[in-house]
Amino acid sequence: MIEKKPIIFLLLATATILVGTIITMVLPFRWINDPKLAIASVKPYTPLQLEGRDIYIREGCNNCHTQTVRPLLSDTERYGEYSKSGEFVYDQPFLWGSRRNGPDLARIGGKYPDAWHVKHMKDPRSMVPRSNMPAYDFLNRPLDTSLSERKMKALKFPYTQADLDALKGKSEMDAIIAYMQKVGNDIPWRKTGTAAVLGELKNPFQDNMSVLPEGQKLYAEHCAQCHGIELAGEVGPDLRDLDQPDAKVFATVFSGIAAGGMPAFGDTLGKERTWKVVTYLKSVHKH
Amino acid sequence: MNQQEGYADDIVKGFVIWSMVWGLVAVLVGVFISFQIAFPQLNFPPYLTYGRLRPIHTNAGIFGWGIGSFMAFFIYITQRLTRTSLWSPGLAKAQLWLFNIVIALAAVTLAMGMNRSKEYAELEWPVASLVVVLWVIFAVNIVMTIVKRREEQMYISLWYILATLVGVAVLYLVNNAAIPVSLTKSYSAYAGANDANVQWWYGHNAVAMVLTTPPLAIFYYFLPKATGVPIYSHRMSVVAFWSLIFMYLWTGAHHLLWAPVPDWVQTLAMGFSVMLIAPSWAAVFNGYFSMNGQWHQMRENYLVKFLIFGITFYGMQTLQGPSQSIRTFSAFIHFTDWVPGHVHMGTLGWVSLVLFAAIYYTIPRLYHTEIYSIPLANVHFWLVLTGQLIFSITMWIAGVQQAAMLNATNPDGSLHYSFIETMVELYPYWHMRALGGVIYLAGLLVFLYNIYQTINGGKTQAAAQRA
Repeated sequence: MIEKKPIIFLLLATATILVGTIITMVLPFRWINDPKLAIASVKPYTPLQLEGRDIYIREGCNNCHTQTVRPLLSDTERYGEYSKSGEFVYDQPFLWGSRRNGPDLARIGGKYPDAWHVKHMKDPRSMVPRSNMPAYDFLNRPLDTSLSERKMKALKFPYTQADLDALKGKSEMDAIIAYMQKVGNDIPWRKTGTAAVLGELKNPFQDNMSVLPEGQKLYAEHCAQCHGIELAGEVGPDLRDLDQPDAKVFATVFSGIAAGGMPAFGDTLGKERTWKVVTYLKSVHKH
Repeated sequence: MNQQEGYADDIVKGFVIWSMVWGLVAVLVGVFISFQIAFPQLNFPPYLTYGRLRPIHTNAGIFGWGIGSFMAFFIYITQRLTRTSLWSPGLAKAQLWLFNIVIALAAVTLAMGMNRSKEYAELEWPVASLVVVLWVIFAVNIVMTIVKRREEQMYISLWYILATLVGVAVLYLVNNAAIPVSLTKSYSAYAGANDANVQWWYGHNAVAMVLTTPPLAIFYYFLPKATGVPIYSHRMSVVAFWSLIFMYLWTGAHHLLWAPVPDWVQTLAMGFSVMLIAPSWAAVFNGYFSMNGQWHQMRENYLVKFLIFGITFYGMQTLQGPSQSIRTFSAFIHFTDWVPGHVHMGTLGWVSLVLFAAIYYTIPRLYHTEIYSIPLANVHFWLVLTGQLIFSITMWIAGVQQAAMLNATNPDGSLHYSFIETMVELYPYWHMRALGGVIYLAGLLVFLYNIYQTINGGKTQAAAQRA
């Protein structure tokens, strides 16, 4: 019957397609981004952060990096607190991505100091030896700010003349790093989420020279990019002649220093390997 | 019937040829970016980085090769199934020009970094608007041809064609809604989790309305044409048609499992994805049962090999896809190389094999000649099959390995591997994938040479007859 009436057929096919569309795509607008679920500490982007976000989009960073931490152990232990929908209300477009050729970036904000990002963008393999990320040295060119104000207006984000003036003299690198430092950092998860180490902190490898080679290897993989292979400091401070008790050094490596840009390594190293790194660190002197 | 006068077949030739050009571009860029992943020194910023080239690869593949050849075969099939010449050949000619302008503009603007970032909807609003014009021109021409048809009954291929025309229109318009800032920059009209939900409703139904219903329309037309036997069950194809286009639209959120979109949307997506096995396999069975008593044609008729392997990959794809959309399995393999392995079984295995068959079938008829070389067509078949299997199987293994490493824990509950430790183990697999891509590219070049010689032979014959 219907195979003889193309116009009726078209209308019926459209109606069929619209059922699932309305229920799973249109209806959720009623609940997603409901103001009642807003997170007060999540703020819109500043003009500099927004320009950085646009560079992230222009370079197609989302083709290799996701921005959503799933509530799964392998995600939360590796990247941090799981993502909440209220964190993305100013994201037009969303940048959750679909493939992790590189690590997830949803909690990158505040993880490393700016200097780390500059070095890593210019030459990723100087920081992460076998990384396959392209080098983005060319971002050192001046930022084009001709559309900045219109962009803020289009998205209805608040801004001041001072915000716009602050764009003067900035490079594209400054912008993308300003964006990186904001991503996922609007909720105070680093303070509340840091794992406390329970019990007495006693180095099981104290004076055990046999763990030094492994400690040195772990240092080269995880620490040298910021503190230098000779421990002389670069992005992070000089670590030679470390005048701190083992327990204090352990706590710093394991939990990080949120204010100082030192990431927490407890999740990736675990306790035993962290102690080995501590033992190695304490063994190095300026001579 | 194929030789009938009055059909607008020159335009079909144009679309077939240009879709092959863009298909070659898609594969060339694909092979190049597969080398970039394995050898990062091959990134040449700013224009030739992986981040800018990957959208060119996907857009050239889906829109250039896919949509381009679907336009060719929709025009070819519709005229023959309605026994009516195209409503407006002039409009179709304009459509071919616009199609090529759009795809070329897409490649150039994406290389320049004008990119909305939403997958398969990357084109900035001026180019996206041209796509809308293009689609309207196309849809009007096909629908009007069907309306003034001389064959009362609409064969199942026409159903899939009509569903494609309306489906793509709805999807594309909604997901491309944007707030323009300038001619080269716009922002999505939706924010955060809403944008994600709209995007994957679009993204997954692009798979439905671009990579499923058009190849099915082509398959249902060319399998009987190539084998000389009818489709096993018209009723089964009708039931499968309605359930397919009903269920597909619920499944987008299986791309967002464990992401911060409402749980019930994810659960519905998971359930409907599993239910989709039924209509998908109805098409597979229809293909297989049509071959009852005809399996010897797999040996004797090179076209059948392409078509039956194509529908077989469709069957495997529609089992693997639903399994991936189950929460627990998704938690394991999502974001790993498993997924590119899955996607390429669909695009290279299912869609492209069916398109190759359709092109082999139509080109000699359009140019009134014989295929240049059947042995070369067989070489083409085995090369693309080998290349694709190397690609997919390698990526599945790589995905499972990385997932296992990412989930490995120490006795104290901490994770055993850092992200980079799991990533560096993928290099050997990435080398294998690049090799698979090169083999596929070789197969494609054999195909293009064969078609080129066929067309040339047709032209020479025609010239000789005139002389």
